[in-house]
Amino acid sequence: MTPLVQVKNVVKIYKRDKLEIPVLQNISLDVPEGEFLALMGPSGSGKTTLLNLVSGIDQPTSGSIIVAGTDIAKLNESALAKWRSRNIGFVFQFYNLMPVLTAYDNVELPLLLTNLSKKEKKERVEMVLKVVGLADRMDHYPKQLSGGQQQRVAIARAVVSDPTLIIGDEPTGDLDRKSAEEILILLERLNQEFKKTIIMVTHDPHAAERARIIHHLEKGEFK
Amino acid sequence: MKMLKVIFKNALRHKLRAFLTIVGIAIAVVAFGVLRTVVTAWNAGVESSAANRLVTRQAISFIFPLPYAYREQVLKVQGVETVTWANWFGGTYIDKNQFFARMAIDPETFFEVYPEFKLTKQELENFKKEQNSCVLGRDIATKYNLKIGDIMNIDGDIYPGNWEFVVRGIYTPRDKNTDLTQMLFHWKYIDERLRKEMPGRAGEVGWYVTKIKNPNQSSAISEEIDNLFKNSRAETKTETERAFQQGFVTASGAIIGAMNFMSFVIIGIIMLVLGNTMIMSARERTQEYAVLKTLGFSGGHLIAFIGGESMVIAIIGGIVGLSLTFPLVNGIGMVIPKGFFPVFNIETSTLILAGISALLVGVAASIFPIFKALHTSIVDGLQHIG
Ligand SMILES: Nc1ncnc2c1ncn2[C@@H]1O[C@H](COP(=O)(O)OP(=O)(O)OP(=O)(O)O)[C@@H](O)[C@H]1O
Ligand SMILES: [Mg+2]
Repeated sequence: MTPLVQVKNVVKIYKRDKLEIPVLQNISLDVPEGEFLALMGPSGSGKTTLLNLVSGIDQPTSGSIIVAGTDIAKLNESALAKWRSRNIGFVFQFYNLMPVLTAYDNVELPLLLTNLSKKEKKERVEMVLKVVGLADRMDHYPKQLSGGQQQRVAIARAVVSDPTLIIGDEPTGDLDRKSAEEILILLERLNQEFKKTIIMVTHDPHAAERARIIHHLEKGEFK
Repeated sequence: MKMLKVIFKNALRHKLRAFLTIVGIAIAVVAFGVLRTVVTAWNAGVESSAANRLVTRQAISFIFPLPYAYREQVLKVQGVETVTWANWFGGTYIDKNQFFARMAIDPETFFEVYPEFKLTKQELENFKKEQNSCVLGRDIATKYNLKIGDIMNIDGDIYPGNWEFVVRGIYTPRDKNTDLTQMLFHWKYIDERLRKEMPGRAGEVGWYVTKIKNPNQSSAISEEIDNLFKNSRAETKTETERAFQQGFVTASGAIIGAMNFMSFVIIGIIMLVLGNTMIMSARERTQEYAVLKTLGFSGGHLIAFIGGESMVIAIIGGIVGLSLTFPLVNGIGMVIPKGFFPVFNIETSTLILAGISALLVGVAASIFPIFKALHTSIVDGLQHIG
């Protein structure tokens, strides 16, 4: 079976003014469907850069990135936006919820881009909020929730449109041990129970243990 | 949940800032509306004058009179339909603060030349029959609660003495901007009394108004009339009523010009107020826009979010401003002396202009933030520290 994600000979060089910063040097990586992969490595090694490329919010300097059969390095900006809305669920370190919207509305946000009926949207949002254990907090605004709860809302937002791939950039990086633990259990459940493919960057070896496989990145190369 | 809900919530995110911006726009819209109303009221006097009427006055200044005898000669000019004439009477009614136009006219011809002043057949007949009668514009009749048969006493200044008139007609407007604030009475009544008391001033006419058959001939006819009286004791100057009014208006025209200019400066100010708010909001939300893009929202969506937010504030401010403009203009209309402006109303064009300006400002204020949001890459946006 072909892997869900195939990163092939990817090079990423950032250009700032005349300065060229090589970040990823000829990286290749396969991620099979249903995998839970943890990406570790020192600060500045290129972890976030790699995630951004795989999730289609940044483009490689060269090489190809094939996700579920689509070479996303070849898509233009608007095609890429559409592709992201269908295939990627992104969980940020700092939750990045919309402060003016309730938990419910935040989770519903990605569904604005679908043509699901009102009823279907409601069912989906309520379902995922139940999965993350916040069914009783859906009318609360982000500032009325703890960090851990906000991150669970963010995870609900990431999975509500049933994406192919869940991407997390240090999703537990801003949380205390207990809240982090809850988030990890949740991700594990999404992986095992709902068969979601997950790629997660973390600095925490404890968190990485939850994954089924760990990759180490150093100075833009896998070790 | 709809896009609209997000737009509204974003627009009112910072309550105080949104409130101040809305108040700022509302004040500007009110100021714009009031200034435009003054300007349009002023111009209404000019616009209401018909193109087929020529005004002939003394060449040096319209305060000097013309001989009554000119009438016959003007009538003979080719293309002239009717000639009527009038004198500015002035005088005081009740007290000096009661300002409205009082004019001695020729009842036989006046209403032919000024069909926009409407009298019933009966009223016109009664007016013509009785030499010391007068007719009033509806607004003046209402203001002083005068009815047919009432007596009006005018204390003369240009024409000294006590003058008594009996109201025989109240004229109504044909057009929206017809001046309803005039008092008109018989030129003959004045002239006959002058003949007895001050014979030297009898037979004087303030100005002639000539109705011509074809407005396109106005300059040719004007020239011909003026040529009739070249080198005479009283040379004339003939121009279209519009030009005559404009000359009247330009006297204070500089102030009106300044007001007109200011009304558009105000639009610029609204733009800066809203633009500033939008730029602040958009900068704070750089990360949010990047998140929206990450979720798959397109450039079009961001335009809708940012532009919509700007429009919401502009529209609320515009509506608040417009709804305050009405009572304010009415209030001002009540304070300024009746008759100072023939009409003092908010023109539909002013409303439309204010509305469109508010909308344009909404669009303009969001251009820069939209541009910024579209041209910030997701990666840069996510790293932005708000
Ligand atoms: N937008 C950018 N422009 C220029 N250089 C960048 C940009 N983003 C990242 N870099 C550089 O690329 C390198 C890798 O950055 P990246 O964010 O991928 O590291 P990371 O492994 O995620 O580190 P951390 O653990 O600190 O998050 C760093 O040297 C960084 O300075
Ligand atoms: Mg990183």
